[in-house]
Amino acid sequence: MTKELIRLKVNGETHELAIAPNKLLLDVLREDLGLTGSKRGCDDSSCGCCTVLIDGMPMLSCVALATSYQDAEITTVEGLARDGELDPVQEAFMSWGGAQCGFCTPGFLMTTHALLEKNPDPTLDQVREALASNICRCTGYTQIYESVLAAAQKIREKRKNEIAISK
Amino acid sequence: MRPFEYGNPSTVKQAISLLGSDWEQAAVLAGGTDLISLMKDYIDTPKRVVNIKSISALRGASEVNGGLRLGATTTFEDLFENPAPLRDFPSLRAAIDGIYSAQMRSMGTVGGDLLQRPRCWYYRNGFGLLALDSKGQSLVPHGDNRYHAIFGNAGPAYFVSPSSLAPPLVALGATLRIQGPKGERELPVAELFRIPRHTGEREHTIQPKEILTEILLPASARRLRNATYEVRERHFMDWPLATASVALRMEGRRVRQARVVLGQVAPIPWRAEGAERELAGKTLDEAVATRAGEAATVGAHPLSKNGYKVQLVRVAVKRALLAAIA
Ligand SMILES: Cc1cc2nc3c(=O)[nH]c(=O)nc-3n(C[C@H](O)[C@H](O)[C@H](O)COP(=O)(O)OP(=O)(O)OC[C@H]3O[C@@H](n4cnc5c(N)ncnc54)[C@H](O)[C@@H]3O)c2cc1C
Repeated sequence: MTKELIRLKVNGETHELAIAPNKLLLDVLREDLGLTGSKRGCDDSSCGCCTVLIDGMPMLSCVALATSYQDAEITTVEGLARDGELDPVQEAFMSWGGAQCGFCTPGFLMTTHALLEKNPDPTLDQVREALASNICRCTGYTQIYESVLAAAQKIREKRKNEIAISK
Repeated sequence: MRPFEYGNPSTVKQAISLLGSDWEQAAVLAGGTDLISLMKDYIDTPKRVVNIKSISALRGASEVNGGLRLGATTTFEDLFENPAPLRDFPSLRAAIDGIYSAQMRSMGTVGGDLLQRPRCWYYRNGFGLLALDSKGQSLVPHGDNRYHAIFGNAGPAYFVSPSSLAPPLVALGATLRIQGPKGERELPVAELFRIPRHTGEREHTIQPKEILTEILLPASARRLRNATYEVRERHFMDWPLATASVALRMEGRRVRQARVVLGQVAPIPWRAEGAERELAGKTLDEAVATRAGEAATVGAHPLSKNGYKVQLVRVAVKRALLAAIA
C-alpha cells in the first residue's frame, strides 16, 4: 500500500518517515523509531499501557493514527529523563516499588507525569481518578499510589528550591 | 486495519467534498477512540478516512444568543478543565464528569460521543448491529443480553444507545447543526437517533456525506432545573448501566413541565413519558419522585438477563429528580 512521508516530533526530535496512513502511532514508535517503551496491552483502549503524551495530554497511541499527529509534540517514556537524570516520577516509582513486572509502568509514568504537571498536590482520590484507566495486574495499586504521592512531594520541594535559588 | 486514503482538510466544506455517498466510501475521524477501534476489528472498513481535528472552527465552547454552543470536536478535557460554560447545565456536566478516563478525556470529542457506535458485544464481534445468526435470527433474546435494552426492544434492534451526553442534551432540548453538500440543517438531538428497522440502516440519522458541526443549547434551557444520575457497575473505564436525565420547568416547587430521558436502556435515548406526565403540575418531593421513578418503568420489557435494569431506572429517575431540586 502507498506510503506517505510524514514528519513526527518525538521527545524533541523531528523524524521524517515513510509510513502507510493506517499505521498506528504505537507501531510507528515501536517499529520505525525503536522506542519500545510504549506497550501494546489490550490493544483496545482499555488498559493504558500505550499511553504517550501528545502536547502534554495523556493519549492512547493504540487508537491514534500517526499521521494525525504531525504537528504535535509527542513524549514517550524514553523522553522523560532529562540530561541523564530521571524524572521525579520515575525515581519515585523506583524507590517506592511502583513497578513489579514493569509492563504497565511506562503508561503509568506518562499518565502520572501529566497529572503532576497540572496538579503537583493531588489528593489520593485525585490520583486514583487520574490513573483509573491504567491497569496493573501485579502491584495491587497501593505502591503505585504511594509512588505518585512521593513524586508529587518531590516535585513540590524541587519547585520550592528553584524559587528560593532564583530569589 | 484495512488500508485507506487519508484526508486532512482544514475547512468543513473541503471535508464534505472528501466524503462519499455511502459509509463504505469514507468515515469521519474525530478523536478516533471509537472509529479506530472498529477499524482495527474490521467492523468498519472505510476506503477513506477524513480527519476533522484540523478544522479549528469545530472546536470550542462559547455563549451564543444567551445559549451555549459546543463545537463538535471540543474534547471532554476542554470542558472538564474549563467548566464555566456548563454552569447552568449540571446534567450535562455530570455526564461529562462520568467519563472518567484521563486518556479518553483528552482524546474523545462531544460530537464523537453522540455518534459513537453501540457497545453491544455481538455488534463488536462482527454479527452486525442487529446481531443476526446465519439464519437471520437475532442472537440477543436467547443470548447474553445482560447489558441490552429493556425498552424499544420489540426487535429487530436490542442494543443500547451508548452516549452519555445524549440523554441530558435531549432533556434540555438541545439541537444539532449538521452540514452536507446541500448546505446546513438543524435538528433536535432526539432526531439524531432512531431504532434501525433493517440491516442497512444505522442508528443515527446523519447521512454519509454530512458532518456534525455544533451542539446548541437554547438560552431558555438555562432556566430548567436539571440533573443526571448514572448507575455504574464500575466507576472507571466503562459505560453506565442505566442513567436518567431530567429537565424541569418549575413554578416555585411545582413542576410545570418535565422531561425525563433514560440512557443505556434502549436503542435510542428513551423519553420516559409516563414519568413526565406523573410530574406535571405536582409539587416535587420524595414521594412524587418515587412515583415518577415507578412510572418511568411502565412499558419496560426486560430480556432474560437484564431485569435488574428496571430497578435501576426506578432509582435513577428518583435520584435525578431529587438532585435537580436539591
Ligand atoms: C474505556 C472507555 C470508557 C468509556 N466510557 C464512556 C462513557 O461512560 N460514556 C460515554 O458516553 N462514552 C464512553 N466512552 C466512549 C467515548 O466517549 C467515545 O469513544 C468518544 O466520545 C468518541 O469520540 P471521538 O472523538 O473519539 O470519536 P471517533 O472515534 O473519532 O468517532 C466516533 C464516530 O462518530 C463519527 N463522527 C465523529 N465526529 C463526527 C462529526 N463531527 N461528524 C460526523 N461524524 C462524526 C465517526 O465517523 C465515528 O463513526 C468510553 C470509551 C472507552 C474506551
